[in-house]
Amino acid sequence: MTYTPHKPPIAESPDQLRARIPGWGVDRDPADRPSVPKLAFQEDLTGAHWEFPDRQPEKWPRERSIEHKFLTPVFGTAQPPKGLSGAIRRLSYARYSEGRAAHWLLLMLADRVDAVEEHLKSFATLHPDNPITETGIKAEFTHHGVSSRIGRRRTDLVHQPLDPVIVAGPWVAAAGAAVAGGRALVRSLVH
Amino acid sequence: MRAMTYRGPYKVRVEEKERPAIEHPNDAIVRVTLAAICGSDLHLYHGLMPDTRIGHTFGHEFIGVVDEVGSSVQNLQVGDRVMVPFNIFCGSCWYCARGLYSNCHNVNPNATAVGGIYGYSHTTGGYDGGQSQFVRVPFADVGPAKIPDWMSDEDAVLLTDAVPTGYFGAQLGDIVEGDVVVVFGAGPVGLVAARSAWLMGAGRVIIIDHLDYRLEKARTWAQAETFNFTEYDDIVLEMKKQTDYLGADVAIDAVGAEADGNLLQHVTTAKLKLQGGSPVALNWAIDSVRKGATISVVGAYGPLFSAVKFGDAMNKGLTLRMNQCPVKRQWPRLFEHVRNGYITPRELVTHRVPLDDIAEGYHIFSAKLDDCIKPLVIPNAA
Repeated sequence: MTYTPHKPPIAESPDQLRARIPGWGVDRDPADRPSVPKLAFQEDLTGAHWEFPDRQPEKWPRERSIEHKFLTPVFGTAQPPKGLSGAIRRLSYARYSEGRAAHWLLLMLADRVDAVEEHLKSFATLHPDNPITETGIKAEFTHHGVSSRIGRRRTDLVHQPLDPVIVAGPWVAAAGAAVAGGRALVRSLVH
Repeated sequence: MRAMTYRGPYKVRVEEKERPAIEHPNDAIVRVTLAAICGSDLHLYHGLMPDTRIGHTFGHEFIGVVDEVGSSVQNLQVGDRVMVPFNIFCGSCWYCARGLYSNCHNVNPNATAVGGIYGYSHTTGGYDGGQSQFVRVPFADVGPAKIPDWMSDEDAVLLTDAVPTGYFGAQLGDIVEGDVVVVFGAGPVGLVAARSAWLMGAGRVIIIDHLDYRLEKARTWAQAETFNFTEYDDIVLEMKKQTDYLGADVAIDAVGAEADGNLLQHVTTAKLKLQGGSPVALNWAIDSVRKGATISVVGAYGPLFSAVKFGDAMNKGLTLRMNQCPVKRQWPRLFEHVRNGYITPRELVTHRVPLDDIAEGYHIFSAKLDDCIKPLVIPNAA
């Protein structure tokens, strides 16, 4: 037991476990575990036929962590930074290392600004954002939305009501601001 | 081409995007035949991961057929059926040369603290992912592998992340024969970690979650003992009782950033984004194990700080081991285990969602509807 030298016994012997569980113990020897030891020099470089890769063309000034010595030879080119969110992102990358909270908090701020920018932009297209279809809420009616929750001891049910607030809150706030602004404009024109 | 795109927290849709192009001589373009939604995709979906841009295509678990190759590609040909690790890696940097493919230093300009990952925000390099009809695959000679003829598509797609991550998580636990292993989280990664713990000689494997249907899977698929933490006033105390007040030898955190079980931790993280992760499972792990134990963390956390009980970890002399899984390093041994039937990945799949219905797929997975454990995405559903 815990207060004496020996470990509490295990209920099943190795033979019982081997009989019950397919493959029990086949990786008992650490030498059979692929990530042991953690650092293991890979002589074949996993197929790489370079010591340093060719450099991918940089088609715009690619934002990068200032903890990197230089732009990595390969990088993603999806969604280049643009607009106000892009300016915030560029500032975050150019000014703060990953060790600074400001770096990540600015990126989180930029994400929210990006969402507003892109939602507004979508309204000028033939494919405007639609919070009903994009949240997949239809699945509540096709995939047992009620029975997946009722009578189940799910601790997440306490905070799930916050999800619609997160999704709809900014839309409601924007609509409220638009109405208030419109009223103020009308009042100023009337008087 | 058709591709899933992120439209802000809890919102995704399918759009027409330009087919990706070769941007580097060792790129390939892969036509995706099957993809999956990962539990860690939900962190992006919920707006938790910094620098997740509107229009980003998620998806780091996918297989497909090579559609085009760059001029320096030697190991793949158009038409090859390939599985692609979720890691993007060069094979030759200091880290890759030592097998830490998930920590590659040559593919992610946006951060040095994490390597490259397909469809996982700009924090992991800004690559669009595989919940799409086509995807750009950098370092085609290094990352992808041809799918063995005997392997099914559903096994192959789960071997691109969930299965190797669970197997890797058990390895990080440094399990020795007879160990008591507690796994937090009965999602796909936790289930595989539990099953892998048996392969490494565990004497007892326990899984903790709050979703009964997942715990049922833990009993039947992973042959584990299960505890629903909502049934106990204090799950840490219960683990002490279960181990004659010693504590477990190994704990594996297979939950990560949006752990439930403590409302304050969850809401400050998942809803208010004030922490990089809700460390409920990690704190329970720290307190549930014996002194001198090992904790393995394979649940994904964001880069911001988290309220971890580090004092307990220090005072107990714990070893904390963690990383994103270097997938390709796991494959040869894992392929043997799958072929021998020791791990049966496709039995974890519960939902198969056409790409055009991906918004519903995300909602089902996020809200845990319909006893969802693992949803797959079919890019070219008839």
